[in-house]
Amino acid sequence: MPGLSMPRLSMQGDRVLIGALSACALLSGGVLVLILGFLVLETGPLLAGGHVARAFLGAEWHPADHTFGLRAMIAGSLAVSGLALSWAAPAGIVVAVWGRLYARPVLGRLYRGVIDILAGIPSVVYGFWGLLAIVPAINRVRPPGTSLLAGGLVLGLMILPLCALSTDAGLARVPQSYLRAAAALGLSRFGTLTRILLPQALPAIVAGCVLQLGRALGETMAVVMVCGNVVEVPDSLFAPVRTLTANIALEMAYASGWHQRALFMSGLVLLMVTMVLFGLTQGVRKRA
Amino acid sequence: MLRNIEEPALKAVDPRGVARPATTHGFEGFDAKAPDGPGIDTRARGSSSSLQARGPEAGRRECLEVAGLNLYYGENKALNAITMSIPERQVTAFIGPSGCGKSTLLRCFNRMNDLYDHVRIEGEIRLFGHNIYAADTPVSDLRRRVGMVFQKPNPFPKSIYENVAYGLRLQGVKKRRVLDEAVERAIKRAALWDEVKDRLNDGAMTLSGGQQQRLVIARAIAIEPEVLLLDEPASALDPISTLKIEDLIYELKTEYTILIVTHNMQQAARVSDHTAFMYLGDLIEFDETKVLFTKPKRKQTEDYITGRYG
Repeated sequence: MPGLSMPRLSMQGDRVLIGALSACALLSGGVLVLILGFLVLETGPLLAGGHVARAFLGAEWHPADHTFGLRAMIAGSLAVSGLALSWAAPAGIVVAVWGRLYARPVLGRLYRGVIDILAGIPSVVYGFWGLLAIVPAINRVRPPGTSLLAGGLVLGLMILPLCALSTDAGLARVPQSYLRAAAALGLSRFGTLTRILLPQALPAIVAGCVLQLGRALGETMAVVMVCGNVVEVPDSLFAPVRTLTANIALEMAYASGWHQRALFMSGLVLLMVTMVLFGLTQGVRKRA
Repeated sequence: MLRNIEEPALKAVDPRGVARPATTHGFEGFDAKAPDGPGIDTRARGSSSSLQARGPEAGRRECLEVAGLNLYYGENKALNAITMSIPERQVTAFIGPSGCGKSTLLRCFNRMNDLYDHVRIEGEIRLFGHNIYAADTPVSDLRRRVGMVFQKPNPFPKSIYENVAYGLRLQGVKKRRVLDEAVERAIKRAALWDEVKDRLNDGAMTLSGGQQQRLVIARAIAIEPEVLLLDEPASALDPISTLKIEDLIYELKTEYTILIVTHNMQQAARVSDHTAFMYLGDLIEFDETKVLFTKPKRKQTEDYITGRYG
């Protein structure tokens, strides 16, 4: 009787599907645990060996002398990413608002397409362009040009499209019924934006932009190319900086022993910062 | 059915013999004269003009006048030369099968169709003599004068109080006492006060669907509009809530001109003074409700109200 066997077959199919999905979920979750465990394991001896104070908080990074202070790199990462976000997030929000509310519908759709493509450009291209265009321009104002400012500009340009896309998605999720209600009460477009759309979409916008901060923190290639990579806490926008990611990329080729463990520590710090950010965005989303 | 309503003193009579209000509600920058635009034949629909010409009964002001209104969605003509006069402080119902254009027509009265792409409109709608489609008409002013309630209750995700105070806050009302009074008055008029007076600060989403719909009506009347557009306001509600809304409509017409779109012919017969029957974008028949439902003049109307199609 096909009428009876059909559901049984599909139930079996369901079981297979659920099994496969659970395995995939477990695998991706497990990878995070493995990476974290691996980093802790690699870094552990360094921390246990009394290097903690000098490692985390120290300003000096002299691998040859076993001095692995990450203060300059942590400051560099936060400064470059923060600078990038500080201009890319507002710009991205403005771009998204314009595209959704003020542009003609055809133009708005075209614009979203362009933003999509921008978001897909490889970071090395941005880095190369930054090296050839932005660094020389800054150099003319204040040498050497490779600097915190250059990194902030290039990184900001990279995350701007993503800030715009996440803002756009947040705006799109505001129920149409609210917009109609607002319009029927005589609300102008600007009023609709400031009183309905932005308050409603704010959690999604903030969460999206903070996630982009995570991406900026993790970006390596473009940063290595334009930031100058000097191990110093930056004292001005024009100072060269080295980020945690650049630190790994620059020294991994020849690092070994304690030095290698110190690089893993850079990665561990980066991962923890990213996880804290992710936790924050979850908090913002829940409050919504 | 007709209730004795205090008529304001008439101030002016325009060339068509239509009384105009003593209190002028002119838009800013509007010419005070009624724009009786050339080239618009208000009797454009030939054979049926005698039916449509039946406007308000003698002595009652004309609130809204539709003149040769065509509406296109892209290439599709959705409204075809609609011409009608809607009396003030009465309930005018729009009935007809799905897709006949009744909701589209309703959205013309507060220019909600402006929100849709590819909509093109020809002709005029005059609100107390002023063409609301004139280039210099501020749409937000129009929408404050012509409120709208939708099929699905759509309160904002705020408190009951804030929903009703919303429109007033938009107009810059800040004094707590003024807001309190206006909110209470509006909720009372929307027949919701007894149910919510002890929990005005609760979220609007905690209310039932029928309560939400009355809250939305309270929100609309809090800003003292002149016209209320109701787009199938009870179709998402249970029978008891529907009755409450119908009672409310009956109460509200002493102060507002009410236009209601409904799928439900019994509802139209119960609540309205005038009924317009529409079919495929045409206004087929427009008459007093008791006449339209008992002695329809057109075969199509008769077929519809006797349930032969639709």
